[in-house]
Amino acid sequence: MSAPLDAGALLDRLADELARWLAQSGCSDPLMVGIHTGGAWVAEQLHARLGFREPLGRLDIAFYRDDFTRVGMHPQVRPSQLPFDVEARHLVLVDDVLYTGRTIRAALNELFDYGRPASVALAVLIDRGGRELPIAADVAGTTLELPPERHVKLSGPEPLTLAYVERGAGREGGQ
Amino acid sequence: MSASLQVDAAGRLRHFLDVEGLSRQQLIEIMDTAESFAGVGDRSVKKVPLLRGKTVVNLFFEASTRTRTTFELAAKRLSADVLNLNVSTSATTKGESLLDTLRNLEAMQADMFVVRHGESGAAHFVARHAAPHVGVINAGDGCHAHPTQAMLDMFTIRRVKGEFTPLTVAIVGDILHSRVARSQIHALNTLGVREVRVIAPQTLLPPHVEQLGVKVHHDLVAGVRDADVIITLRLQRERMDGRLLPSKHEYFQRYGLTEAHLTGARPDAIVMHPGPINRGVELDSGTADGPRSVILQQVTHGIAIRMAVISMVMAGHAVEATA
Repeated sequence: MSAPLDAGALLDRLADELARWLAQSGCSDPLMVGIHTGGAWVAEQLHARLGFREPLGRLDIAFYRDDFTRVGMHPQVRPSQLPFDVEARHLVLVDDVLYTGRTIRAALNELFDYGRPASVALAVLIDRGGRELPIAADVAGTTLELPPERHVKLSGPEPLTLAYVERGAGREGGQ
Repeated sequence: MSASLQVDAAGRLRHFLDVEGLSRQQLIEIMDTAESFAGVGDRSVKKVPLLRGKTVVNLFFEASTRTRTTFELAAKRLSADVLNLNVSTSATTKGESLLDTLRNLEAMQADMFVVRHGESGAAHFVARHAAPHVGVINAGDGCHAHPTQAMLDMFTIRRVKGEFTPLTVAIVGDILHSRVARSQIHALNTLGVREVRVIAPQTLLPPHVEQLGVKVHHDLVAGVRDADVIITLRLQRERMDGRLLPSKHEYFQRYGLTEAHLTGARPDAIVMHPGPINRGVELDSGTADGPRSVILQQVTHGIAIRMAVISMVMAGHAVEATA
């Protein structure tokens, strides 16, 4: 059994870590982008707590996934909204759970179709290991080791809660 | 019949041939998907990698500029490769049959045919005879259907008006020969608008048109009264001076839309036209270029709707192939 997960406490830790990381990195006036859906919920919280000046961006990476030819279209694709110009700006990309790294690969590709950011940092609520690509979080609320059939699901947006779910060892959907 | 040909058991689009037979939910899903694609055209890179490595063949047996170019742009913005074939000027004049043309294109590993043809039912024919991995989209068949035009019109109405249920929509012009009108009427009734009206001389109305779920008007001013949306249809050149109409001048006198006719319409009524416009026939320039006109928005929305339909049909086949 894994210990229960407290979304509020993880969010507090992530906000503190991100504030410290941004101060150290010297990224001036960063922009925040959340990945639809869970990442956007986490990003909304971080965005408010850290007092980002410009509005929050949201990405739906459905059109950039690498499994279209196997699983087809994802239902309920939402429009991506980046209400700012990413050109030469520092970006903080936010997701709920970092697993294989494929979602982040897709998100990076989509971001670069909007322009050329100065840098992109990755902040995640939970880093659960199991990477299939050379991608790492700059800041994480916590780090877990989970077997492939065990997943973490974030529910929200109000309140944000975390729960373990058992699914087949396949990684579809849990990118 | 078309329902089972174009929709699989799970409700996914296998082909997109006709609005008739699709549910309200399916039409909404097409518009929602188009909404996600609508922003792509505003970005620095106007392209998503969704259909990289897929080949879309525009198979046009009938001349078209707008429909073909927007299908081509839609496929290219999805990163598909596009082949444009004007068949009227190539294969059939050399005596090759339609089926032979299809087999040859399939041998070139085409994944999708976008078909425009002067004969009603042509796209259905292609869908029935295409290889199982090939999706077919109807880009207009005879006097039968033009479903992507109808859906881009619905998408435009939804973006401007929000809801369908309170709307009164008037369609003016050659209903008899219009595949656009037929698809629009099906879509509007499926989406539950309050009232669909058709406004035309008796000679340009199909018999028993009321059975499609429309109210018939012969007078333009009465027909557009309190309308929220006025859709003008293109009058084909060959209909202008024949037995159906005395002349295009007289058509404009009675059915050409001008600001004067619109005083009885809703103050926020919009004017639409599928293009290309015959200025001074279906409507005057003041109306076509005026503040009520959403004609150019229709063109832009045509790209998003076609991106949606192409990707949904391609997705239906992708899932089938792995099932």
